[in-house]
This record gives sequence, structure tokens and C-alpha cells, in this order.
Amino acid sequence: MQEIEAIIERYGAQRRHVISILQDIQARFHYLPKDALMEVAARVRIPLIDLYSIATFYNCFSLLPRGEHVIKVCLGTACHLKGGTRLVEALERELGVREGELTPDGRFSFETVRCVGACALAPLVLIDERYYPKMTQRKLTQVLARLRRARQAAEAVP
Amino acid sequence: MKIRTLEQLMALEQELCAARDRKPCVRVCGGTGCRARGSEDVLARFQTQLREVGWAEAVDLKFTGCHGLCERGPLVSLTSPEVFYQGVEADDVPAIVAETLVRGVVIERLLAHDPMTGQRVRREQELPFYRRQQRVVLRFNGVIDPTDIREYIALGGYRTLGVVLTRLTPEEVIEIIERSGLRGRGGAGFPTGKKWRLARAAPGARKYVICNGDEGDPGAFMDRSVLEGNPHSVIEGMIIGAYAVGATRGIIYVREEYPLAVRTLQIALAQAREYGFLGEAIFDSAFSFDLEIVRGAGAFVAGEETALIAAVEGRVSEPRQRPPYPVQRGVWGYPTVINNVETWANIPIILERGPEWFARLGTATSKGTKIFSLVGKVANTGLVEIPMGMTLRDLVEEIGGGALPPREIKAVQIGGPSGGCLPKALFDLPIDYESLTEAGAMMGSGGLIVMDDRTCMVDVARYFMDFLRDESCGKCLPCREGTHRMYELLTAMCEGRATDADLELLEELAQVVKETSLCGLGQTAPNPVLTTLRYFRSEYEAHIRQKRCPAGVCKALIRYVINAERCTGCVACVQPCPQQAISGQLKQPHLIDPERCIKCGICHEVCQFGAVEIV
Repeated sequence: MQEIEAIIERYGAQRRHVISILQDIQARFHYLPKDALMEVAARVRIPLIDLYSIATFYNCFSLLPRGEHVIKVCLGTACHLKGGTRLVEALERELGVREGELTPDGRFSFETVRCVGACALAPLVLIDERYYPKMTQRKLTQVLARLRRARQAAEAVP
Repeated sequence: MKIRTLEQLMALEQELCAARDRKPCVRVCGGTGCRARGSEDVLARFQTQLREVGWAEAVDLKFTGCHGLCERGPLVSLTSPEVFYQGVEADDVPAIVAETLVRGVVIERLLAHDPMTGQRVRREQELPFYRRQQRVVLRFNGVIDPTDIREYIALGGYRTLGVVLTRLTPEEVIEIIERSGLRGRGGAGFPTGKKWRLARAAPGARKYVICNGDEGDPGAFMDRSVLEGNPHSVIEGMIIGAYAVGATRGIIYVREEYPLAVRTLQIALAQAREYGFLGEAIFDSAFSFDLEIVRGAGAFVAGEETALIAAVEGRVSEPRQRPPYPVQRGVWGYPTVINNVETWANIPIILERGPEWFARLGTATSKGTKIFSLVGKVANTGLVEIPMGMTLRDLVEEIGGGALPPREIKAVQIGGPSGGCLPKALFDLPIDYESLTEAGAMMGSGGLIVMDDRTCMVDVARYFMDFLRDESCGKCLPCREGTHRMYELLTAMCEGRATDADLELLEELAQVVKETSLCGLGQTAPNPVLTTLRYFRSEYEAHIRQKRCPAGVCKALIRYVINAERCTGCVACVQPCPQQAISGQLKQPHLIDPERCIKCGICHEVCQFGAVEIV
């Protein structure tokens, strides 16, 4: 809660700053925890439902916790033309969850984004904010396998 | 240091400019495309390598904004000897330092090819991709370090601001912008000078200027590149605009999805304040002005000006009825001028070189240049700036280098989800506001997506409608429900479930949404449908009547088969198939079991012999 307080202080407890405040909370926790929303509503003195409407309107907010790794498939026009949808289907098969969901083990969040403005690299996948240009289903499986192995190796160390 | 007079600025400019010319310069592209391909590693290697040979002080090493030819990144250009390298990896750096910088020898293998002649070329300008461009707004992109204001000052930056504040009245500035014929680069093309005049005349205790950097169009990254490559050109333009309309505060609204642009702007604003270009009594005049950044939280509709105002005020980004227009009642009810990034970046150079110079570029009604992000199924993807009036053909074939063989270009999509698809038969159309609108598309902000014979136009229409139904704010019924219903109809077509009656319904619905929606998003939402229907009706009919997708895209209507004559029996496709649907022995043609196949296309992706065919 102190962190939430500090974020609110950064901008000031005013209505016009709530989107910035929520963006910083999202950046810190990777989602908007319920307690944080209630705290912001109380401090800025606006109804919780207004915050809820902002949180569900804008694409960058999430009300659910994110996984250890966040995988985003770009579905901008160039990525769509070059097979972005196929990458979405491949991930659904590989991860066993649908777009917008988190794997049951909490490892991978799987999202799609509408254009990150790097269209020359289409189709593009972002994993933990790193860009993977000219992605194929094959390469995607390999990257996932590498991430899984890295975890196993880390766990194997006593 | 605070700059107080024009003379002081000119002295600093001369000093910086002289220092700049003394050293050989290495410019590593720091645009998003090149970064994704490892240009940060290239930069780091240059730093260590230059130190190692004792040249760290002797060379001016810069990490710049986008150079444009994203397709061939990472890009590195050198000034002495003058040479342009492409596809540079960190391991190439020792050779570049030892050979090119120290000994002056050009490394052949890192040079770009001219696709027309097959020759390797040494300079950017020798490539058709750059030769046909006219870089006005982008003239310093790829040349300066965007995180150092002195780089911009050395090339004459902020001098125009100084001249404006000390020698011109606000009315004179507005008159110059009007005479230049500049029109808004955000899409609709409203005359900028006229907008400023309305805002100046509007009564208000306080006025605002806003830079619309929402750039929500999928397939567009022009504004991002300007903000990341030359942020001060936008800031200088905004200060001049604020002076002209009498604004004291400004806001740069930029998408949070562009973290690098946000960071670069934050640095630029801090430096502009430090030098006194923002703050109290700028250039010791009576004019004070400051700017803040507001990060967009992700909403396509926020590009619409009244929706953007709502977002800036901390509300859900819903548009409202106009009039009153933002120039009358904008942010918190105050008169507000909202211009797009590229529009603002045009302001300093128009005042520097004069409205007559600017008006000579382009066509009778569309003046100046326009930046496009040229992407999709084209050889040279990247960022380009061309004079208005160039034909689509020149842009796609010459600058873009044409199709990716063996495919053929079929259409371009221009103007994002509000724009339209124009067929190859119209490629002689000049790129100007009126011609594009007449053809059913629009200029938009500059996304230009090239489509080839493997692009299904029904699928493209469905794609945009999926985007729009998601991004419709839901305030007015025609847009909220209309986009959903159009999406459902298009999906039925792609899945082979539609009838002729559905096609009629789709056309009728498109007209209704166009005519009755509240804001620009809804009014233009049917454009992708209407243009594909107008120019590619036979594709719709093939989906509906023959249950066939001519481009081989719509999953429900295609099959993957192996051409036994082409298949070498290499088994490369057997293991990756997630369904184990491919059988076959080494050196024997393989076979796909249609019962098991889920049409994921991996076999098509991995086959090196083109043996997997879509029928």
C-alpha cells in the first residue's frame, strides 16, 4: 500500500491524473490489484465504478495477475498478413490456453496486441518486452522450449 | 545554460557545428526495427572497439533515430569515408573499425545491393529506396542523436523559434502557415493555418496546444519514428504554434506502447527547459509556455480529437458531438489546437524556408511531403517520405522494390482501419488527399500496407472489422452494433457459410454505419468493406457461391496437399506437424492425411522445396 501511496503522490490525488496513476500501478504489479483500485478511488475521491470503467476500457490495463513470462503476439495489419494468426493458434496449442489467459502453472501469460509499430519485422512476437522479428511457428516452439529449459535448470540447482 | 537571445543561440550553433565537422562520425540506427535486430549490441561493440584502438575520442559515435530501410537492419552509416552498411552484426564491428575507419577500406559484403543493377552501392542515395524520397521532416532522422539537444541546435534547431518570437507577430505566423497550404497529417487533412486562426479568435481565459501522438492505426509507425528520431522538431513546432494561437500550455499525448518515444520525449523536454526554450519569458519575450507528456493507455478511438480530450482529462476515451469544436471548447473547456506529430514537425521548416518553398512541394491542393510506413508484402519495408502527388506505383514499385517473388502485388491498403484497399489498376493515382478520398480510401496518417495474390480481401475486411468492433467505444449504436454485425457477416463468408443475401445485407449495413455514426471512427469504419466490395467483388462471390478462397487464406475453404513431383522426401515436415498427419519415408513423396490435418501451415512454412501447396 505504501507503494500505491507513493505512486499517487507522484502525480497528485486529482481526477485528471488517474490514468497515469493506474498506468504506473500496472507497470509495477503487471495488473491492477483490487486493493490498489480501492485505495486510488478513496484517495482521489472518485467512485470505484469510474476506475473500473477506465480499467476495462483501455487496452493496457489488466485486472488479472500476469504470468512470469508475458508473450504478446502482434496482430497489426502487416503481422496479420504475414501469418500472425497462425502464431496465435500455435501458441494456443503449445500453451493449452487461449489468448488473454494465463497458464495454470502461472508461467506464461498469452496476449495479443494491435501493432507495436515495428511492422518491418512482421510477424512479430514480444516475449517479456523483447522483440522477436519475422517469427515462424517453428521458431516460436523453440523459444518456448528454451524458456522452459531455463526454468528447469534453475530449479535443478539445489 | 539558458539561451536568452537569438545572437546567443547563433553563437552556440556555430560553435557546435564546427566541433561536429571535425570528427568522423559513425551513426548506428536506434530505430525499433534495428534495435530488435540487435543494434544495441552493435553500438556497445563500437564503444569497446574504439576504446581498444584508442579512437574513442577521435570518433563521434551516435545512436540515432530510424534510418528508414528497416528491412536490412541493423544499419550503420559512416561519414569518413562516406559509406552505408546494412545487416551489420556486432561481430562485424572490429572489421569496420580496423578496415573502414582506420584504413579507409570499404567492406564489400556489408554494402547494400541496388536491386535494379545488382551492383553493390556505397551510399544511401544510390539506392532506389532513398533516391526517390524527399526527406524534409525526416531530414535529421538518422543523422542526429535524439537525446542531445545540442545536436539539433548545431543543425539550426530552435533558430526559427528565436526568429519567430523576436521578429514576427502571432498573426504573421498564422498567415505564413496559411499561405504554405499545410494540411493536417493525422488523416482528415484540415488546413492547419485555418485551425490556428479559429483557435486564436476563440475567447478563453487560457488556451492549449496538443500533439496527437496516439498513432493507433495498425501498420503505421511514422509518428513513432519522428518522436524517437527528432523530438525537438515536434517541440519547436508546438512552441511556435502556441505563440501563434496564444496558448500557454501544451500536452503531448503519446501511446504507452511506444516506451522509447516516451523516454526520448522526456529527455528532450528536460533539455528544452534547461536551455530556456520552454518556461518563462522564452527568448526574453513576453511569451511563456510549457509542455507535459500524457501517456495514452491504449484506445484507437483516442485518435479522434474529442475522445483524445476525454482521455487527457482522465476519463474514458469517448468522443462527443461536434460542434463545439476543440478550437472553441477543448481540454477543460478551453480553446485547444490539436495537431498530429508530423504536422507539428513541419512547422519549423515552413517558417525557416518560407511558405512559397513549401507550397512548391506537392500538388495544387496537397502541399509538402508525406511520411509513410511502407509495410506488408513488399521487398523494401521501412519508413519513407515522398512529395505529395507521387503515384502509388512509384512508391510501391520503385521505393518499395515491388513484390516478394514469386508473388505479385494485388493492392495497397492506405489509411488504416478508416481507409481502404486500392487495386493495382489504380496505381497511377497520385497520392494526395482528394484522389485517395475519391477512390474510397483516405490519406490517413500514413500506414501503407502492400498486399499480394496471397492476401484474401475478404479476410482483410474481416480483420479490420474485428479491430474496429473491438475498438468501438460503444457510445453510439450504429458503430457499436454495426461493426459487430458486419464482422459476423464477414466471418460467415470466410467460413463458407454465407449466402448472396448476406452480401446485400453487408452492403446495406455498411452504408448505414457510414451515414449515422457519431464520430470519425464509425463514419469511416465501413471503408475497408466498401472498397474491397467495390474493387474485389469477385473474391466475395467466390467465397459465397463457390466456397472457395482464391488467395488460399481462409482456413475453412482451403486444404494443404503435397505435390509429389516437388517433394524430395526430406522428412523435414513430418516431425514438426502437431497432428502427426504427415506420413512418408525418406526420399519418398510424403502425404498429408486430410482427416487429421488442422491446417496450421507448419509444413508449408518448413518446406524448402515449395512442395506443400494450398488448394
